[in-house]
Amino acid sequence: MNYVIIGNSAAAIGAVEGIRQVDREGRITIVSDEKYHTYSRPLISYWLAGKVSEDKMVYRKDNFYEVNSVTPILGVKAVKIDFTGKKVELADGTNLPFDKLLVAAGGKPIVPPMDGLDKKGIYSFIKFDDVKEIKDALSVGKNKAVVIGAGLIGLKAAEALNKAGVAVTVVELANRILPAILDEEAGVMVQDYLEKNGVKFVLNNTVSKVLGEAEVSGVVLQNGTKLDCDMLIVAIGVNPNIALVKETEVQVNRGIVVNEKMETSVYGIYAAGDVSEGFDIVYGTNRVLPLLPNAYMQGEIAGRNMAGAEEVFAGGLAMNAIGFGDLPMLTAGIIKPDSDQFEVLSEADTANKCYRKVILKDGSVVGYICLNKVDRAGIMTGLIKEKVDVSAFKDKLLNPDFGYIDFPKEFRKSRLSGGAE
Amino acid sequence: MNFNMAVPEFLIERKKERCIDCKVCITQCANECHSFDIDEGRVVSDETACVNCQRCVVFCPTRALSVVNNPQQYKNNANWTAFDINTIYKQAATGGILLTGMGTDRNYPIYWDHLLLNASQVTNPSIDPLREPMELKTFLGRKPEKLVVKDGKLAEKLPPQLELEVPIMFSAMSFGSISLNAHKSLARAAEEVGTFYNTGEGGLHRDLYGYGNNTIVQVASGRFGVHQEYLNAGKAIEIKIGQGAKPGIGGHLPGEKVGLEVSLTRMIPQGSDAISPAPHHDIYSIEDLRQLIFSLKEATNYEKPVSVKIAAVHNVAAIASGIARAGADIIAIDGFKGGTGATPLRTRDSVGIPVELALAAVDSRLREEGIRNQVSLVVGGTVRNSSDIVKAIALGADAVYIATSALLALGCHLCQKCYTGKCNWGIATQNPNLIKRLNPDIGAKRAANLLKAWAHEIKELLGGMGINALESLRGNRLMLRGIGLSQKELEILGVVHAGE
Amino acid sequence: MKKVYAKEEVCVGCRLCEVHCIVAHSEYPNDIIKAFKKGNRPVARVLVEENKPVSFALQCRHCEDAPCTKSCITGAMQRNSETGIVYNQEERCVGCWTCILACPFGAIRRDESGKKAASKCDLCSSNDEVPACVANCPNEALSFEER
Repeated sequence: MNYVIIGNSAAAIGAVEGIRQVDREGRITIVSDEKYHTYSRPLISYWLAGKVSEDKMVYRKDNFYEVNSVTPILGVKAVKIDFTGKKVELADGTNLPFDKLLVAAGGKPIVPPMDGLDKKGIYSFIKFDDVKEIKDALSVGKNKAVVIGAGLIGLKAAEALNKAGVAVTVVELANRILPAILDEEAGVMVQDYLEKNGVKFVLNNTVSKVLGEAEVSGVVLQNGTKLDCDMLIVAIGVNPNIALVKETEVQVNRGIVVNEKMETSVYGIYAAGDVSEGFDIVYGTNRVLPLLPNAYMQGEIAGRNMAGAEEVFAGGLAMNAIGFGDLPMLTAGIIKPDSDQFEVLSEADTANKCYRKVILKDGSVVGYICLNKVDRAGIMTGLIKEKVDVSAFKDKLLNPDFGYIDFPKEFRKSRLSGGAE
Repeated sequence: MNFNMAVPEFLIERKKERCIDCKVCITQCANECHSFDIDEGRVVSDETACVNCQRCVVFCPTRALSVVNNPQQYKNNANWTAFDINTIYKQAATGGILLTGMGTDRNYPIYWDHLLLNASQVTNPSIDPLREPMELKTFLGRKPEKLVVKDGKLAEKLPPQLELEVPIMFSAMSFGSISLNAHKSLARAAEEVGTFYNTGEGGLHRDLYGYGNNTIVQVASGRFGVHQEYLNAGKAIEIKIGQGAKPGIGGHLPGEKVGLEVSLTRMIPQGSDAISPAPHHDIYSIEDLRQLIFSLKEATNYEKPVSVKIAAVHNVAAIASGIARAGADIIAIDGFKGGTGATPLRTRDSVGIPVELALAAVDSRLREEGIRNQVSLVVGGTVRNSSDIVKAIALGADAVYIATSALLALGCHLCQKCYTGKCNWGIATQNPNLIKRLNPDIGAKRAANLLKAWAHEIKELLGGMGINALESLRGNRLMLRGIGLSQKELEILGVVHAGE
Repeated sequence: MKKVYAKEEVCVGCRLCEVHCIVAHSEYPNDIIKAFKKGNRPVARVLVEENKPVSFALQCRHCEDAPCTKSCITGAMQRNSETGIVYNQEERCVGCWTCILACPFGAIRRDESGKKAASKCDLCSSNDEVPACVANCPNEALSFEER
């Protein structure tokens, strides 16, 4: 059996490990346009901030490919899939035959249209090379950055740059920072924290024009405000990187459409991770969920199925762990419901930046935000995933010490007698 | 007025260099002697409420704690001890009688320690119990005047007997005074070793009916939890007339201890005080007792031996004779040092007589009257070890009852605060936070271990005397010698002095 | 695999399991006093939950399909396929707490005593014996067994 995996990040690694759980023999080839041994994308901000050295960037140990009998083809882009010939064509002209193919090509940064995008000093914040370029820029004395987007990537970039001594202004189109994972109340607390640490914010606004000659010298915002800067980080988010399958027989929506086995509309071809539209438990529908845990789990299921198992991806959900300095936050599922079908419980202690919000629907938890007091929040993630009826202990959910003690005895015992399925 | 004139009885010493502020002591003290001082950032102790139960001392993982007697309590006075002074302060403050738990701690003579056992030398061989069979099996119950054997078999049916693998039983402690886990521990240990535990006067919890083959059910003056099924649940029935720790008075289980389970078992409303009257109001004479004995036999189809338990009091021998004649199969005599869950201090410390003397007197009297075969004698009230048992058997007992020793095996540290319901060892309590502390798996193992260890030792002592069956020692007072006893004491005990 | 199971009916809430877990994972695994008084004191990897009269110790269930390992952004959280033990390579952990987000048992804790890292039960795997929490439970409320 010939397995080819396009991509070398979480979904790809999940697939390798998934395949090897079932098939120790088949040939696995990984193709990536990045030259690095598999590394952790979320760690790039840590690397930039000097918290992690390059050797600690690896997502799996140095001997990973060897141990798992994987042939890595790194730094070479896959340019075309030959569906009838069952081959992947690489940029260097080689053809890789496959029996089972996984497209785990990830996401590509969203860059909104604006004037002046051709200038030097504009960076994405997705790949290792992105932060290496930024570090080079810092080393030549650049010290004033504008970050577009106050999402997870934008704020981790802002934090890292801030720590490196760069004056950072974050511009966000929404009315609050981290709009995808925080509501207004929590957003204000986190914004306050970051502002106290020197990061500036401009909300309800975005960049319309990049100023400068060959290099960036500033930006003009939608409302006409001008901000000086010598670096511009575009961190709005990612779109599924569907270039390889666009206008082919693989069905594509926003991302690649997959069934519950993570297989695309074409037999033998699978997709996983940021490129795919897997099942979302909370929304009850397939959608793009560009998150590392989700990518790995999808990849692993895809891998097992590629190797002949019959497994169903139970579904993922939006869940994020992020922290700035000593202010951690964990969020999952629906955090800002848009209808009265939801019940919202919340408790805020603004002075101590503690916030806990739990969203319920039909007696089950569908989302939460935990700011600062985050310990054991995963219990609620479990409740979301398993759609546990929490009516019996609903009043305990806001307690920062909420735990198994609050479960009915029999439920607790049955859970503790085993492990997670 | 909250002011307490008494000085604390104990001091809690915390070695600062050992204490790691892990707070384990705080979690374990039901009297809340330990607390975390936020300002000081460390664990501190206040001995005012300390009962010296040693729970914290034993649990402290760094052995940083010790509880010691307060060395300088009051000005030294040979007549007025701190104990005497404290009891007066307490009664002056409350106007109430003094309560206590367990058996007396006063310095009365221990006759077991004034009796010495014999051993074989030259003229008769001793026996090695590891090489030769040794019989501890004991049957309790009325024995016939003579046995009629026909064709190698007994011609007449024997009266019902309790069959014990070891001559040691767990004496009566009610569910209510002790926890269900304590009962479970004793029931399981009795089953494992082949002996009996006794329900006490609180009825039999549903969960324990399965141990019926190793259960003696008790009928006491309050008749709590007594019904047909209960009477038939065990192998024997015991009528409790009195107990050594509180002869002449009844019992009182405070309403706080009567939770749902105790209430169901005792058949009384939850939260109501369970008061056992001082006498059985249907027993004012030996004849009345006979009626109850036979009522119970009737109710159980004459299949179960009936025991009558009395406290050792002044004319115990005559009373025992009456009980035998009333039709009892077993007489249990509880010495004045026997324990209890709650008793008035003055009763506990000054009423009744030592069990050793009572046993000797009863055995002698029944022999003199030619009715010793009609009853088995079981004695309790400070049986502390296997040699006490051997001496008891030699004095005339058929078996012994142990309770304090059994509770010690379960973890009791003899703080004597059973009556407060705050037993830190989870034994004498119904507090749901505390009853968990006695794991019946551990309790059963430890109680059974104690019986097994004692059985081994009894065999060793018997072998040393050249005796290979306990039966041969029973009432054999020649195997005993007295030491440091007056002529009168020797006379009552029916033994001669060492050297004679 | 053998795991640690709690019997809440006999847990006395003393938290000696936590104490001995700290010792076993400290710089002085054989000296309880030094473990607490010198150097960095790690957090306990076992947690006693209590709401009187109920209490019990809870630690990692070493799930076969462990969400924490799949969610780990650095690859520090791994499951040993031979022993089944889920363990965190703390030197690779950056303390992002995604594992805390993912663990349905709430069994992973933040340890910021030294380097910020996720801390969880490793079944005292370095000792290859009965875990310290089980060995030191005074009431046999914890067992280490195959079920």
